[in-house]
Amino acid sequence: MTRRCAALLVRIAVLAGSIALLEICCRFGIIDPLTVIPPSEMVTSMIDHLGSGELNESIVNTFSTILLAFVLAIVCGTLAGALIHSSRRLRDVVDPLLASYYSVPTFIFYPLLVALLGLGKAPLVVLGVLSATPAVMISTLSGLDSVPPVLMKLARVQRLSPARALWWIILPSALPRLFTGFKLALSYALIGVIAGEFILSGTGLGYAISFAYQSFDNRAMYGTMLFVLLVAITANGILYVWEGRLARRRLRG
Amino acid sequence: MNEQSHVALSEVVRRYDGPPVVHALGPIDLVIRRGEFFSIVGPSGCGKSTLLDLVCGLVRPTSGSAKFEGQELHGEVPDGVGVVFQEDSSMPWLSVRQNVAFGLRTSTLADKEVRERVDHAVSFMGLAQFADHYPAQLSGGMRQRVCIARTLVLRPRLILLDEPFGALDQQTRLLMGDELLRLWRETGATVLLITHALDEAAMLSDRVGVMSARPGRFIDMVETGWSRDRDSRVVADPKFGTLTSRLWTSLREESLKTMGRAA
Repeated sequence: MTRRCAALLVRIAVLAGSIALLEICCRFGIIDPLTVIPPSEMVTSMIDHLGSGELNESIVNTFSTILLAFVLAIVCGTLAGALIHSSRRLRDVVDPLLASYYSVPTFIFYPLLVALLGLGKAPLVVLGVLSATPAVMISTLSGLDSVPPVLMKLARVQRLSPARALWWIILPSALPRLFTGFKLALSYALIGVIAGEFILSGTGLGYAISFAYQSFDNRAMYGTMLFVLLVAITANGILYVWEGRLARRRLRG
Repeated sequence: MNEQSHVALSEVVRRYDGPPVVHALGPIDLVIRRGEFFSIVGPSGCGKSTLLDLVCGLVRPTSGSAKFEGQELHGEVPDGVGVVFQEDSSMPWLSVRQNVAFGLRTSTLADKEVRERVDHAVSFMGLAQFADHYPAQLSGGMRQRVCIARTLVLRPRLILLDEPFGALDQQTRLLMGDELLRLWRETGATVLLITHALDEAAMLSDRVGVMSARPGRFIDMVETGWSRDRDSRVVADPKFGTLTSRLWTSLREESLKTMGRAA
């Protein structure tokens, strides 16, 4: 058995063990069912809610908002990162700001965003973009820094146009680090949008969880939470596998 | 050997703007003959790589004239020039075949011609059985061969080598030297090799230029007198020791100057 395979098995065992333990604690009253319901019930609740179609609108709303925020964060973050990378002076100014940006709780801007953009998708998208963009900017800077100077020299020797140098050399070379930023951006966009919905929105999965919580509907709350969790893990898993394939090609030996 | 001038530098000086202004090179006069294997040795920081950048058109001279095939170099790499760098410049996301074909991505050649050239270059450099491997699966020497093959597909008339074997062990360097000589003989290209290894220069070259400490100037020009079909076995020839010794005699004072400056 390979080390990777063994690690995967241990991971699954820990996860399954934790779920089984929670199930037992809930079933035998060690944990108050008003606080947490058994995982098996979370699953049946999720299936019931998804099957009934009552979450359809929320699902479409939330994931289209996350997707939009994610794409915009990648576009804005990559362009901003490339711009900062191109100017030493700009970088000297922006670098410390970027480093301290993570300590800013972007959610505090939500009332301001609602006042400026109204209720609806726009403030949530902006919140998602604000949360996700710095990760893309930092990974773009790091990715561009990682392009070996000799490959830039090669581009000149091969007389490549700036566009071809970007497409054929810079992007593939920077891709592993860019990918890390994309993975983080997806997580941050998801957190930003769902948390935004949770706080103030009148729609989406965040709102559905918040509504169920306020209505003491634990079953609906945990079912929806589980669904969000599974989608987030699946999306990240896909990116993780994709990243692994890219890395293996570069590092195999 | 055709004595026609292939590369001609006349009163070439290169300074880098400061502060402080750095006088890196020159004035230098140099003629490299067509089909010649010419090597440059010199102490660290003497401007060897700057000279190579000038010859391949990556850098403009501050003053003086640099010509390739009679045409003035204007800060752009001219057609017919291939460069192999000291650092590994293989692209880790491309297979060996794709790396080699990268040299022809901008060419207007038909696909069939591209395939033939790539196959030939891959075979020529002894990489045929590794054509679908990725650089991470290859040794340092093999990766450098990939870079040479990528230059080879361009069928350059002038091959510039900037310490291409600098990161390799001695045995591999000798064997790579043989490969390089074979390539030089079969392509008929002119070769300009920058190296810090005196034995490498003495073994491979028709002529070796010895440079002074910065600002680099030629302080000695050594004709080796080897036949064109030489290989690494010339290291056993008594003349090899004489050549290496002469190169070191010329270079020693300059190397000491560089060390003194570093201290």
